[in-house]
Amino acid sequence: MKNNIKRRPKLAVWKFASCDGCQLSLLDCEDELLSVAEEVEIANFPEASRAVARGPYELSLVEGSITTSHDAERIHKVRRASKFLITIGACATAGGIQALRNFKDVNEFTSAVYANPEYIETLNNSTPINNHVRVDFELRGCPINKYHLLEVVNAFLNRRKPNIPSYSVCMECKMRGTTCVMVSKGIPCLGPVTNAGCGAICPSYNRGCYSCFGPSEDPNTRALSEKFKQMGVSSDDLVRMYRSFNTSADVFMKESMIHEQD
Amino acid sequence: MEKPKPKLGDQMVISRSKFGTLFTSLQKAGYSIIGPTVSNEAIVYQELSSCEELPQGWTDRREPGTYRLEKRDDQALFGFNVGPHSPKKYLFPPEHVFWTAQRKESGYEVYEDKSELPRYAFVGLRACEVNAVLLQDKVFTSGEHVDQHYQKLRDASLIVAANCTQADGTCFCVSMGTGPKAEKGFDLALTEVLDGEQHYFVVEVGSKRGAAVLGGVSFRRAKPKELKLAEEACDRAAGQMGRTLETDGLKDILQSNPDSVHWDKVAKRCLSCGNCTMVCPTCFCTTVVDRTDLKGTSCERIRRWDSCFTNEFSYINGGSVRQSTKSRYRQWMMHKLANWIDQFGTMGCVGCGRCITWCPVGIDITQEAAAIREREGDQASIGKVKEDEHAVT
Repeated sequence: MKNNIKRRPKLAVWKFASCDGCQLSLLDCEDELLSVAEEVEIANFPEASRAVARGPYELSLVEGSITTSHDAERIHKVRRASKFLITIGACATAGGIQALRNFKDVNEFTSAVYANPEYIETLNNSTPINNHVRVDFELRGCPINKYHLLEVVNAFLNRRKPNIPSYSVCMECKMRGTTCVMVSKGIPCLGPVTNAGCGAICPSYNRGCYSCFGPSEDPNTRALSEKFKQMGVSSDDLVRMYRSFNTSADVFMKESMIHEQD
Repeated sequence: MEKPKPKLGDQMVISRSKFGTLFTSLQKAGYSIIGPTVSNEAIVYQELSSCEELPQGWTDRREPGTYRLEKRDDQALFGFNVGPHSPKKYLFPPEHVFWTAQRKESGYEVYEDKSELPRYAFVGLRACEVNAVLLQDKVFTSGEHVDQHYQKLRDASLIVAANCTQADGTCFCVSMGTGPKAEKGFDLALTEVLDGEQHYFVVEVGSKRGAAVLGGVSFRRAKPKELKLAEEACDRAAGQMGRTLETDGLKDILQSNPDSVHWDKVAKRCLSCGNCTMVCPTCFCTTVVDRTDLKGTSCERIRRWDSCFTNEFSYINGGSVRQSTKSRYRQWMMHKLANWIDQFGTMGCVGCGRCITWCPVGIDITQEAAAIREREGDQASIGKVKEDEHAVT
């Protein structure tokens, strides 16, 4: 009898500094969730169940950035217990919106926000997971695209390479037939330097891309910023544009610092 | 008076008030009409149900990196240049499922999509666009390996060209010999004439299929004055080209200058975003991906538009061949204006100006080609990039 039961690979979901939105994408899979549960044993997923199965885990999905010394240790435990470790979302892959602190003195924030800042133990910087441990695959986005999550799990199960784009949002925009908002309306758009993955949602609603998916494979932020300036974007706004969900992604961080000095 | 029977090469006149009969004739013949229409501040191609959906009274103004829709002071139906879309969107769609497969006891069973394909009638294609379709015909249907899906769509389609009576900032079809008047590849070709109170279309019959469609249209024989005005309108467009591409000897110049310092200069500005290749009506590169379900029991194989500006495009075992933006821009332009000749006997550019207009930073293929030509033989420029040349221009 027991030989007839297929041993499903164990999947674990881990949370670090984040809003939980990315891991909830797994629950958002709705129609596909049952098939996921048939193919993998969801061994650790506090958003879904308090039941925790012991490791090691074949596949770990890691959400969130490292912001405390406790988490900086915990991520190593996760790595040791996982065969494959995939980071999900902008926090885990690029520090998240909380990495805005990296440009300031974090003690000023804690003293302004908390009545008893002495209880707060936090690191000066918010850093992505790959600054701490080896990462097998990074899934971009704030939040991630749930179909990408399914694709990554699918690729893992079928032992193939995930079909996840690394090209620009412009390619998605053009393939869906959306007219370029920058060229036709003069709206500054980060699409040309942003990784595809969202399906080019904002331009289809006449808004520029905010770069929720972070830098694309070869982002020429220098040339794009120059164009933005010609369009009348101020240096302050340029700093803000590059400092959002993927603020500590290397290219965006450097570009924002250039305009801070303008 | 009995209606004359249209023959190949005949020129007729359809008045504006009777223009709708062209649409009804096409619909009766079972065509799905694709034509220009205003949508979200641009003139794009969409399926149309009536000629009233054409961009009547609208025009577009294009410059490098800029496109603006503007009101005309007349009611012309085809009084614009070219929009962001091109017919490739329909004949060579962004995504196409080749086949689906199911895992069976003994391997896989493959299913081909046998559903009936649409019969497109393209109304209002510009001469450059008609030439772009002819170029894609060469790519997809000549030689040993014919693209069946493309061939079927193309065989069933009909082209009603609209000759240009104006040109704008990024047009250069005259340089490429592809416009502004369609000389081949059409079933019917229209030239719109607005002469005081008179508003009509001179229509030229380009094929038997076109003549058959005209059978259901209200037309009359063209008067010499009407033909003359139509001719003048096209000549006017030819004189309004915003750009020129010097093609003489260009192939050799590009192919013998792979190390020109100018490629570095372009790379400083190029975003490597792929927009130029997506909007180009002749670019034909694709990638093939397989989608599986979680259980690995069903699969579909998809062909999707790709671009030589992506890293993955030139990925082979061990890495990408073209890792730098410089090498990608050079590949794109050298293919389009030089290597395409070795491959297909003609340049791959029709002078529509889309790559210039829709480049977010307005990189101009005509200027870049001119710059390479200018630096030709300038040995000092090879491999020695001066500091000032790295400045973003």
